[in-house]
Amino acid sequence: MTQASLTKSLRQPGLPKTQRDITCTVVVIALLAVFLYVAENFFDRYTVQVLNLMAINAILALSLNLIYGFTGMFSLGHAGFMAVGAYTCTLLLLSPEQKATAWLITEIQPWLATINTPFIVAVFLGGVMAALFGLIVALPSLRLGGDYLGIATLGFAEIIRVLIVNTNSVTNGALGIKGIPQYGTLWWNFGWLLFTLYIIISLLRSNTGNVFKAIRDDEIAASTMGVNTYFYRVLSFCIGAFFAGVGGALTATLISTIDPKMFNFLLTFNILMFVVAGGLGSITGSIVGSMLITVMLEWLRFIEHGVNMVDLAGWLPFGSALIDKFGPSTTLIPGVPGMRMVIFSVLLMCIILFRRSGLLGNREFSWSGFFNFIYSIPGRVRSIPNWMNAHSAKAAVLVLVLLYIIWLTIRR
Amino acid sequence: MLDQLAALLPNMSLAMFIQHLFNALSLGALYGLIAIGYTMVYGILRLINFAHGDIFMLGAYMMFFSTMAFMPVWLAILIMLLAVLVFFLAFRKSQKPIPKKVGLTLAALALVYIVLGMHSGSTWDFTPPWALAVVFAIVITSACGITVDRVAYRPLREAPRISALISAIGMSFLIENLCVVLFTGLPRPVSQPAMLVQPLELPVGESVVRIVPLAIIVPVVCIALVLLLLLILYRTKPGLAMRAISRDIETTRLMGVSVDKIIAFTFCIGSALAASAGIMWALRYPQIHPYMGVMPGFKAFIAAVVGGIGSIQGALLGGALLGFMEILIIAFWPSLSGYRDAFAFVLLIIILMWRPSGLLGEKMEEKI
Repeated sequence: MTQASLTKSLRQPGLPKTQRDITCTVVVIALLAVFLYVAENFFDRYTVQVLNLMAINAILALSLNLIYGFTGMFSLGHAGFMAVGAYTCTLLLLSPEQKATAWLITEIQPWLATINTPFIVAVFLGGVMAALFGLIVALPSLRLGGDYLGIATLGFAEIIRVLIVNTNSVTNGALGIKGIPQYGTLWWNFGWLLFTLYIIISLLRSNTGNVFKAIRDDEIAASTMGVNTYFYRVLSFCIGAFFAGVGGALTATLISTIDPKMFNFLLTFNILMFVVAGGLGSITGSIVGSMLITVMLEWLRFIEHGVNMVDLAGWLPFGSALIDKFGPSTTLIPGVPGMRMVIFSVLLMCIILFRRSGLLGNREFSWSGFFNFIYSIPGRVRSIPNWMNAHSAKAAVLVLVLLYIIWLTIRR
Repeated sequence: MLDQLAALLPNMSLAMFIQHLFNALSLGALYGLIAIGYTMVYGILRLINFAHGDIFMLGAYMMFFSTMAFMPVWLAILIMLLAVLVFFLAFRKSQKPIPKKVGLTLAALALVYIVLGMHSGSTWDFTPPWALAVVFAIVITSACGITVDRVAYRPLREAPRISALISAIGMSFLIENLCVVLFTGLPRPVSQPAMLVQPLELPVGESVVRIVPLAIIVPVVCIALVLLLLLILYRTKPGLAMRAISRDIETTRLMGVSVDKIIAFTFCIGSALAASAGIMWALRYPQIHPYMGVMPGFKAFIAAVVGGIGSIQGALLGGALLGFMEILIIAFWPSLSGYRDAFAFVLLIIILMWRPSGLLGEKMEEKI
């Protein structure tokens, strides 16, 4: 152990490590609760909607990361499991009166017409149903490996979608279902996110999690060690499918309309993007990646809707001076429909080409890492002048960017 | 004998059945043509080229723009020059003769094309004769295929295979959305030349079979293209190099083959076949839109897997099987037509369970 790391470890605060961690986690959860309370009462509806989406996307990213990042099974069937969860939850939530009016082409199955459960049960059963479908998919297709598995799961997702379109008496076919009660508040969505996090973290810390990672790293070696790899692969797949179903159910109640077209390959692609961007095999990465990309996707909407010249000039340094000089023009730069997805795909390509491990690689957030970072700040600050001398060009750019950010914040 | 056959068919006349057979044959030939592109790339790189279906779509769009939507001359020239540049960059300093010859031929064709295109119609509208438009579409689409390989797959040759697969998915979405931006997402009607769709009437027994000439032309063109491909694969040096790469890429490199150029050539051939399939598809089912490549792409990939991935004959067999299955099941049981898109996936899963290496493929063992 070098001198520096020794002193670093000696500077740990007096609390025992685990107790400190628990305290910190509780404090963060309390802060999250305060934030949610504030958000629910003071933020506008659009922001709340985006926050909800962030939570749901994080759940979906975590579930795919469990299957792909931690067990190494390339699955492209997530949209199918989401669809199963969404439809199950919807059928359990709709009131009998709604069901009587919504099914136009064929009558709804009689045993479904009157069934009605509370929200939490409906979401949970959505997850269970998705896990059952996951089991049906997994039993045959997990005999395969690599990209064949991806294609087989993609095939199953398509089959699920075609089934939904054609079973009119259960799912209302291609028309979809409208007017799903919007029970999904911020509390529910973030609650489910915390539940997912808790389950997945404790699963991965257990022996089962070690088996998953062993299968990911080398399946043949794992089976030589006496592990029943098939069983553990199926197990991981079903747990992932469960949370995908939960995510689908929450999506359904969030946007209150579902139809089979929603659950196409694009949806799976989005979730894959969250996971790859955040870092395969990193829980922190999945959460950060999904939340960042959700916000970015919302923010990029201005490209499709068009943007006002004045608004655009406001983002430039001395933009207000420009506006003063040339007069407040209200020229609208027209939006380009579809451009958002182009940028999104270019971003995925850039991540996979230039930074294959994603934002965080397979690193995780930990409290000891966090405190080490906090304690290292004074040292880092002291070394800034040296660094600036060594890399003057980089430093100049950085200073300019910092000035720009400061200017953006004080401008309002 | 005809009567006996007719008696075997429930709820269908013999004439109907023959028409369905021809429809199935042309659909199967189209699936087969696309599947060859998948199977060649998979055979060499072990990569599912998800963007192949979109290359197919680009072929249809290029044909559409050069014949029906009246591309301005300057744009046509610009695109053509870009394509020639791509070919030049991909095959420059090539020791093997064929890619160089292909490049030279393309450059010559481009000149002829530009000169002829300038002389037809007015100065601004660009409506070349049919044959030239087909060449134009195929050349541009092959250039797109080479670009896709260069941009999205070549930097990832040493990376884990799954990374390249994600890159392929990203590329597929990029092409689709770029086409939505450039050409709008609206479906466009394609006008079919009357000589290709005026039904031929053949008497069978008492009834009359009506067959669209396209349903005969498509399989014939398909077989001609495949024969050409087999000629390239088994009678030329680049073909030999391709077959060598699919056996063992490292050894082939050690033998002094410039592997990247051969791979670019593979993409070029696959994309050219996909483009010709796209053109014929647009004529057969006369509507094009940016997402038209997704389902045929999936199905053609399934055809490649069913036939045994890596095998050209297998891809054709799988395509034919898929085409016949899709048309005939719906013909016999019309109530199943809602499940049309699911047949292929069900077949895929059955094949993967029962014989993962496909009907004609070689069994691949994982090396430890």
